[in-house]
Amino acid sequence: MPGFSKSEFADTTRIKAGRRILHGFHIDLPLLVSLLVLVVVGILVLYSASEQDNKLVEQQLIRLAIAFVVMFVIAQLSPDTLRYWSPWLFIISLIMLIAVLLFGEEGKGAQRWLNLGFFTFQPSELMKLALPMLLAWYLSEAHLPPKFKQVILVLLIILLPTILVARQPDLGTSLLLASSGIFVLFLAGLRWFYIVLSFILLIPASLVLWFYGMHDYQRTRVLTFLNPESDPLGSGYHIIQSSIAIGSGGLYGKGWLNGTQSHLDFLPERKTDFIFSAFSEEFGLIGAVILLFIYGIIIARGLIIAAQAQDTFSRLLAGSIIITFFIYVFINIGMVSGLLPVVGIPLPLVSFGGTSMVTLCAGFGILMSIQTHRKLIAS
Amino acid sequence: MARHSSLTIKDHFRETHLFQQRLLVMTIFVIVLLGVLIARLFFLQIIDHEHYTTLSEENRLDILPIAPIRGLIYDRNGILLAQNVPSFALQIIPERTKDTNQTLLELKKLISISDDEVERFNTLRKKKRRFEGITLRYRLNPTERAKIAVNLDRFPGVKIAAELTREYPKGKLASHAIGYMGRINEQELTRLDISRYSATKHIGKVGVERAYEDILHGEVGFERVETNSQGRILTSTPEVDPKPGKDLYMTIDINVQEKAEQAFKESENNGALVAIDPNNGEVLAFVSMPTFDPNLFVNGIDRKTYKALSTSPDRPLFNRALRGQYPPGSTLKPFIALAGLEYNLIMGNEEIKCPGYYRLKNDDRKYRDWKKHGHGETDMSKAIVQSCDVYFYDLALQLKIDRMHDYLARFGLGQTTGIDIRGEAPGLLPSKAWKRKAYNLPWFPGETLITGIGQGFTLTTPLQLSHITATLSNFGRIYKPRIIHAIGEPGFEEVTIQKPRFVGIVDKKNPDHWTSITNAMTKVVHGVYGTARGINRDLTYKAAGKTGTAQVFGIKEDEEYDEEKIAKKLRDHALFIGYAPIDEPKIAIAVIVENGGSGGAVAAPIARKVMDAYLVKEQK
Repeated sequence: MPGFSKSEFADTTRIKAGRRILHGFHIDLPLLVSLLVLVVVGILVLYSASEQDNKLVEQQLIRLAIAFVVMFVIAQLSPDTLRYWSPWLFIISLIMLIAVLLFGEEGKGAQRWLNLGFFTFQPSELMKLALPMLLAWYLSEAHLPPKFKQVILVLLIILLPTILVARQPDLGTSLLLASSGIFVLFLAGLRWFYIVLSFILLIPASLVLWFYGMHDYQRTRVLTFLNPESDPLGSGYHIIQSSIAIGSGGLYGKGWLNGTQSHLDFLPERKTDFIFSAFSEEFGLIGAVILLFIYGIIIARGLIIAAQAQDTFSRLLAGSIIITFFIYVFINIGMVSGLLPVVGIPLPLVSFGGTSMVTLCAGFGILMSIQTHRKLIAS
Repeated sequence: MARHSSLTIKDHFRETHLFQQRLLVMTIFVIVLLGVLIARLFFLQIIDHEHYTTLSEENRLDILPIAPIRGLIYDRNGILLAQNVPSFALQIIPERTKDTNQTLLELKKLISISDDEVERFNTLRKKKRRFEGITLRYRLNPTERAKIAVNLDRFPGVKIAAELTREYPKGKLASHAIGYMGRINEQELTRLDISRYSATKHIGKVGVERAYEDILHGEVGFERVETNSQGRILTSTPEVDPKPGKDLYMTIDINVQEKAEQAFKESENNGALVAIDPNNGEVLAFVSMPTFDPNLFVNGIDRKTYKALSTSPDRPLFNRALRGQYPPGSTLKPFIALAGLEYNLIMGNEEIKCPGYYRLKNDDRKYRDWKKHGHGETDMSKAIVQSCDVYFYDLALQLKIDRMHDYLARFGLGQTTGIDIRGEAPGLLPSKAWKRKAYNLPWFPGETLITGIGQGFTLTTPLQLSHITATLSNFGRIYKPRIIHAIGEPGFEEVTIQKPRFVGIVDKKNPDHWTSITNAMTKVVHGVYGTARGINRDLTYKAAGKTGTAQVFGIKEDEEYDEEKIAKKLRDHALFIGYAPIDEPKIAIAVIVENGGSGGAVAAPIARKVMDAYLVKEQK
């Protein structure tokens, strides 16, 4: 059944009436509008970064359309349905991840894709939603805050897909997976004692990871992040050229289509992972702050949805989805501006590329579902 | 899940409260991190903005050098000797080919490409960037160019590039004087001003090309280019135009030079000839035979050809005129005689008897005259005209070695003439001090004797011989020999004539002494008994000269020299020095014909042809 706004002014003005109709279609207007604004900005940047390649922009538009359709479809499913399917989705994702390692297709030195006959598919993307859903499902059944045994179990569940994805190897995605799981745990009320303890344990863990868990190219990335000048033409090149692009943009930027770093090919991966640098070069600090503001609004709306969610599953899931989205933004901008090592994480909804866009929009679909399927009961 | 009952009695209020609290923490976390990002961007885009702007400009703008056009070389009459011509080279851009190695194989079927060239290509390929054209073959001939051109669509990434390359239109002619250019080598890179040569691949290696490199080269220009990250040039704007090098007019008269080289070829001998204008030291002909084709060197000579040139017994790469050191033989006699006159040891009409040999006191050894039975009563003039050895043995003994050394040194023997080409050999003028130093041995009287006839230790270069002949003909006035007549600005008619470089004058006790020598030398050519009388037929001017033979092979005391029996390479060198016209000398010549035998029969005719070429033409 269509839900009604909790607001006291539910029955006034035409705008509110319109909103109610959208609500009936399980669409959250503030989220939709801010996403559309972001997408428009993204298309403009891509147009410039791709040397005004209409074909490429068209491709991106088609992907966005598909992603938004996915978003609307998922928004129609009720949180109850989502919760019911959570364990199954996780199991399917896990099987596919294992399948990828066994028979996946290789590309760019990594094995991430599964050929399903009619299209190739990245199971790790599905896992990005399946993992927080499973954890939200599991923890919503339990007494919160979680007990020690539950915490251990949750950590093991997180570890399993994280390791599988890291083995592909896809450091960026496994990082996002792990953090999405940990955010569920944190939002579920994980005791501060455990949090502090894990931070202490992080140091030896990272050492173990460094020596036994990482591929050479991943280690190089971290090293060059720490000192990009050590290899200005090799792996440090990305970071240096990206910093130059952003820095030379200044306050106002060089103007749309006027970025020299991107148009003269100095900026690597400028359509994908480093698109923010191309954007900052052309639009300057003002543009960058506006872009961050748009992301801020989307995140704020997501947090509100999480705060207003009516059951534990919904709020844990909503919270995890929106914070993971933020982590996407933070890691991407952090890495292109030289704050973080370069891990392959695109700028959500702006970078050129398909799979993650669909996943992200599916996540927003879940948020919309949570927001629009609320029942009229006091919380 | 520990207590199953708790599932049903969940504390919703507490859980919601806990979640809201955690969400607040997350919100703060998000705000703080967004703040961190903005701070980072502020740092990059505001505080360090200028630094990054500079880096960005450096990234995209580059200053590239433009090679200047090299000056041309002409002969004294403006005939072109070295020019820049478009040359067509076959280049491959590896980036654009499907398979570079396959392309190479296919091209090999079409035109000839040597293994050397393939090797050079592969070396360059490792050094250059993939979008840069790498030259596979230089100097495509029109047929090859056409073959490639019609097949270009079969070969993506292959192109024919035109560039200016040095060409010597006269080929082998005067190559020892002009020299040649070649690609700059590692060694030259270390001594060159790198910035001046930043766009230049070639440099003068020998001859005038080397000696006047600075003037010929010009000044490099610069253009500002916008490049992308691979260094590919997108746009360019000239900043400083390159300044072309200056043109050179050599002192050489290429027609005279050609006649001289022809004369050597006709006589089928190796050797050298230098002709100088006594009035200013300008070198009119500078011949070293055999010669080589300088065009071979410009774009890298292939190993086989180079080996053939460098190991040939005729030594075509050896500059005999400049570096060949030969005993002057009898051509030295006029100078020895002049020394005798000037030191008052002889009188022109004083006679001595020549029995065909000379013997030192307390020494049984016979010093032979070339004429077995002697010249009989011989005065100074006869001694020069008929080249009597005994007369000069006697004179040398009176002069003693150090006086001979000192007097000849005044003319410039035993030292470089200072001509404006590099690598000149100094020759050797022996003295007691020199022998002590070089061999740690005392000087023996016998050595004085043979020094008197230009044998023994004495060595001279053809250039030196020509130089001292010019000085003699010019009554002792010494001009430094020069190879460059004038320097011209490219594109302008007028030229700057180089001033003669007057060195000094050989002091004279009595001008009559000089006249008596030159009179005797005139008789060498025009006299009935003159050793060079063979060349006086139909001579339209009067010439003076002196023949000579220089021993290559020691003849034992009583052994007779039989030309026929001695292998060609052991035969004597034939020499001739001379000048003309005698009243107003315009050309002084020295000729050395290696293993030519007789100076009068072999060397003098070559000199005559050169004099004719220069003087008869002038009279017209």
